[in-house]
Amino acid sequence: MAKTTGPLISIRRLNKAYGTFTVLHDIDLDVAEGEVVCIIGPSGSGKSTLIRCINHLEAFSPDSTITVDGTRVAPGPALAKVRAEVGMVFQSFNLFPHMTVLRNVMLAPMRVRKASPEDAERKARELLARVGISEQAEKFPGQLSGGQQQRVAIARALAMEPGVLLFDEPTSSLDPEMVGEVLDVMRKLAGTGVTMIIVTHEMGFARQVADRVIFMDAGRLVEAGTPAEIFDNPREERTRSFLRAVLNH
Amino acid sequence: MNLLNTFFNIPVFLNSLPQLLWGLVVTLQIGITSILVGLAGGLFLAVARLYAPAFFQVLIRIYIDIFRSIPLLVLLIVVYYALPFVGIRLSPFLSAVTALSLVSAAYTAEIFRAGIEAIPHGQFEASSALGLSGRSTMMDIILPQAIRIVIPPLTNNCINVMKDTALASVVAMPDLLKQATQAQALNANPTPLIGAALIYIALLWPMVAVVARLEKHYSRGKR
Ligand SMILES: Nc1ncnc2c1ncn2[C@@H]1O[C@H](COP(=O)(O)OP(=O)(O)OP(=O)(O)O)[C@@H](O)[C@H]1O
Ligand SMILES: [Mg+2]
Repeated sequence: MAKTTGPLISIRRLNKAYGTFTVLHDIDLDVAEGEVVCIIGPSGSGKSTLIRCINHLEAFSPDSTITVDGTRVAPGPALAKVRAEVGMVFQSFNLFPHMTVLRNVMLAPMRVRKASPEDAERKARELLARVGISEQAEKFPGQLSGGQQQRVAIARALAMEPGVLLFDEPTSSLDPEMVGEVLDVMRKLAGTGVTMIIVTHEMGFARQVADRVIFMDAGRLVEAGTPAEIFDNPREERTRSFLRAVLNH
Repeated sequence: MNLLNTFFNIPVFLNSLPQLLWGLVVTLQIGITSILVGLAGGLFLAVARLYAPAFFQVLIRIYIDIFRSIPLLVLLIVVYYALPFVGIRLSPFLSAVTALSLVSAAYTAEIFRAGIEAIPHGQFEASSALGLSGRSTMMDIILPQAIRIVIPPLTNNCINVMKDTALASVVAMPDLLKQATQAQALNANPTPLIGAALIYIALLWPMVAVVARLEKHYSRGKR
């Protein structure tokens, strides 16, 4: 990424509504390069919507601004640049089922970055090795376990060499015994200096890897702080009751 | 015996066979040209309907609805007999291909739209998130998956176009049916008509069987 001073991602007065129902209220958030931010909060609080605005999978109100590495996120030619810089990992993997695992990882670098097939393949095999699934390269996504599929999805996002990775509940649709393998990959990634924004219900993981934890409720950013601040000493009553509810289960 | 001589008269059949086969060639020319033009047009309309500005999307909808409503025979007669009044004079072949293609494109567009809509939304989102262009999203991700879904209905549509080529005989196109009716008049015997019917069946039965197999294959969840 280009050396910018200031935050890598900057969100100002982000508002988003479905009809008359406001999903996001005046969200302000800066994320520094290399920072790992975990977003927690009850279901329906707007966590997914917030991170999906960053790569404009969701449109938002035109008086709101989001910039990624200085580029404003808005429909138009600049959006392709933003999306190439921002990788995303979905709860439901969304791998391309008609392509091999290898091809899933190679495609975007070839199409978007105009990488040669040889370079794209070398890179893809490297990444598949990094997420621990080299042996599955020639298989189709449908032949892999959920945990393996999600690791392919992470490799696919990494293949674009993004400055930022967005994760929307990457382990929520996995069987419990596969959660660990995906979190391990993400933990390793967090150590490499990639900027990560992670929506998660895995509180232990958030406490461990996050530089900052954000608690959202009803479309508002209620509280942000270090894991210790949020988990051990939350200021807001809503944060406390949410944590009480999730940690007692 | 009388019946055999009337409907399955071998000498008459052999006599008219060359004429019928010429008719078959014309039928195939009309059918295949219309199928190809209809496929290209339908695919274009389906994709344009997703990505074009709203105004064009409305136009495309109107086009599709009109050409799915109009009876093909009426359209063909309009093209051949009415358009000359505004100075557009198409040959019988072009008239037939134009009418068949216009209608086939409308049906094909609907088939492709349904196929594209059957692809989970997550596939579009993953493509967007990776920064793929709209073109690459369609060519690399959506259409290769949609194609499997649309092959049975598309084949069905091809069968319909092939059958409908018989309507071209009303604009004096020497297709299979027209040749058969002429041979019937010439021989004062209906055997050529029966021959034509058998040729249509021989041509389309394999396609019908293929559709049945494909539908069974895809409905088994093997995707
Ligand atoms: N397409 C839509 N139309 C209307 N309302 C929507 C739509 N998508 C989301 N919402 C609403 O927006 C709110 C925020 O949704 P969002 O998916 O961002 O929540 P979330 O915090 O990610 O929840 P979860 O933990 O369940 O994933 C919810 O109340 C949801 O019902
Ligand atoms: Mg969500």
